[in-house]
Amino acid sequence: MGGVADDRLEELVRDLTPRVLGALVRRGADFASAEDAVQEALVEAVRRWPDAMPEDPAGWLVTVAWRKLVDAGRSETARRAREERVADEPAPGPAEEGDDTLLLLFLCCHPALTPASAVPLTLRAVGGLTTRQIAGAFLVPEPTMAQRISRAKRTVADAGVGPPGDLRAVLQVLYLVFNEGYTGDVDLAAEAIRLTRMLAAASDEPEVGGLLALMLLHHARRAARWTDEGALVPLEEQDRSRWDTRLVAEGVDVLQTALAQDRLGEYQAQAAIAALHCDAPSAAETDWPQVLEWYDELLALTGSPVVALNRAVVVGEVDGPLAGLAALRAVPPDVPRRTAVQAWLTERAGDRPAAHALYAAAASQAGNLAERDHLVRQAARLHGSG
Amino acid sequence: MAKYLLLKHYRGGPTRTEAGCIPMDQWTPQEVRDHIAFMDHVADTLRERGEFVDAQALSPEGAFVRYDGEGRAPVTDGPFAETKDLIAGWMAIDVESVERAHEVAAFLSSAPGAGGVALQEWIEVRPFLDERPGELD
Repeated sequence: MGGVADDRLEELVRDLTPRVLGALVRRGADFASAEDAVQEALVEAVRRWPDAMPEDPAGWLVTVAWRKLVDAGRSETARRAREERVADEPAPGPAEEGDDTLLLLFLCCHPALTPASAVPLTLRAVGGLTTRQIAGAFLVPEPTMAQRISRAKRTVADAGVGPPGDLRAVLQVLYLVFNEGYTGDVDLAAEAIRLTRMLAAASDEPEVGGLLALMLLHHARRAARWTDEGALVPLEEQDRSRWDTRLVAEGVDVLQTALAQDRLGEYQAQAAIAALHCDAPSAAETDWPQVLEWYDELLALTGSPVVALNRAVVVGEVDGPLAGLAALRAVPPDVPRRTAVQAWLTERAGDRPAAHALYAAAASQAGNLAERDHLVRQAARLHGSG
Repeated sequence: MAKYLLLKHYRGGPTRTEAGCIPMDQWTPQEVRDHIAFMDHVADTLRERGEFVDAQALSPEGAFVRYDGEGRAPVTDGPFAETKDLIAGWMAIDVESVERAHEVAAFLSSAPGAGGVALQEWIEVRPFLDERPGELD
């Protein structure tokens, strides 16, 4: 049996780690000890595999990690009870398929965790990112992120591996990871797509397909969303020739398969809206009435005020800005971006001085610099216009 | 998660409580030690919870500085006028909600002063502006 090249080894290790960790946890090891054991087994793999690659790398890692776990148990007399329990269990056979990775994913998205804790834990344990990378992505010191991850592990350990995990919680965590985008030195959007693909390969739940399609369709537009200077480009002004048609085609395909199951959910509805945008050769050619129908579905499914806000924009496209402003009245005043939408509709309705004041107010309420700069430019554009 | 800057002021802000008006140089050495130990305790608690980003104290000395045209030395103005707002230091935190940010600010504000009485200092809480919006619009 021959060896394996370094770059291939790295990729393999990243794929296998969550599976091996999942296998140990399924066999009753606690999260933290299992992770230590897997890390030790990986060190051994990196040393040995370049010369002799085992036939079943996952099985090899599970066996070695299990031995490390037992050894660690033996060296801690205070944990005698657990040592006996672990030592009594039969040595595991070849690792089961990708199911163990999924088990780990559900464990990391445990309902006992807040999404904010589940996100870094998932990136660490399932995504295989280092604590330093995750800390860099979320712009916090490494010890802070290490604490956040270890607290999350303790919460999971205390709550125990209960009944089959909550798919909705998993989807929400993957959605949040995707939304982080490219930050620090890791592309979290790409990482979320990788994990969601893995989940989709193992589950035919239509909402999993819906979420994957939503990610692909948004990812397809990424290059057009920013100018070279880093300014935000709104959808209607994006250069559509820069959209990634291959990703659009894949997203539409995944979405159609999900919709064919006739069990609509919020991710499928969001993906359907994204697909209609991707399908339009220009902003003016968007099928707004159909977009509005999907927003009605989405609003019925979620009751979310953010959805109601976006729906008001679409009402403005279908029935004109005054109808859009009327729809906006039902949106609570504290919904983020409400003033920005009001400014946009007011300008379209022809009241430029009022729109100028609204854009300026929206800029002062913006939650991030890119949006604030965009709104300041809009206000400046209308400055002094009558 | 969202980041907030918690600002402590030497001067300025809403009216202080009586305990908050006694300058630190009039406390006993033990009261000063207790105050500093409490501040360290707050930072340690935040580190343990995975919420700590940064903390820094600032000297009350300093100056305002501005550009004064090509080839000219910068103009300075200072020391700071007694009437001006003056920042004493900051703590940056990364927390789940604005409610949690306020809770941390109140925790800082409960630091003991003269006589071991809580200072009830006003802490200014300011949200960070992220660089950019999320991937999903």
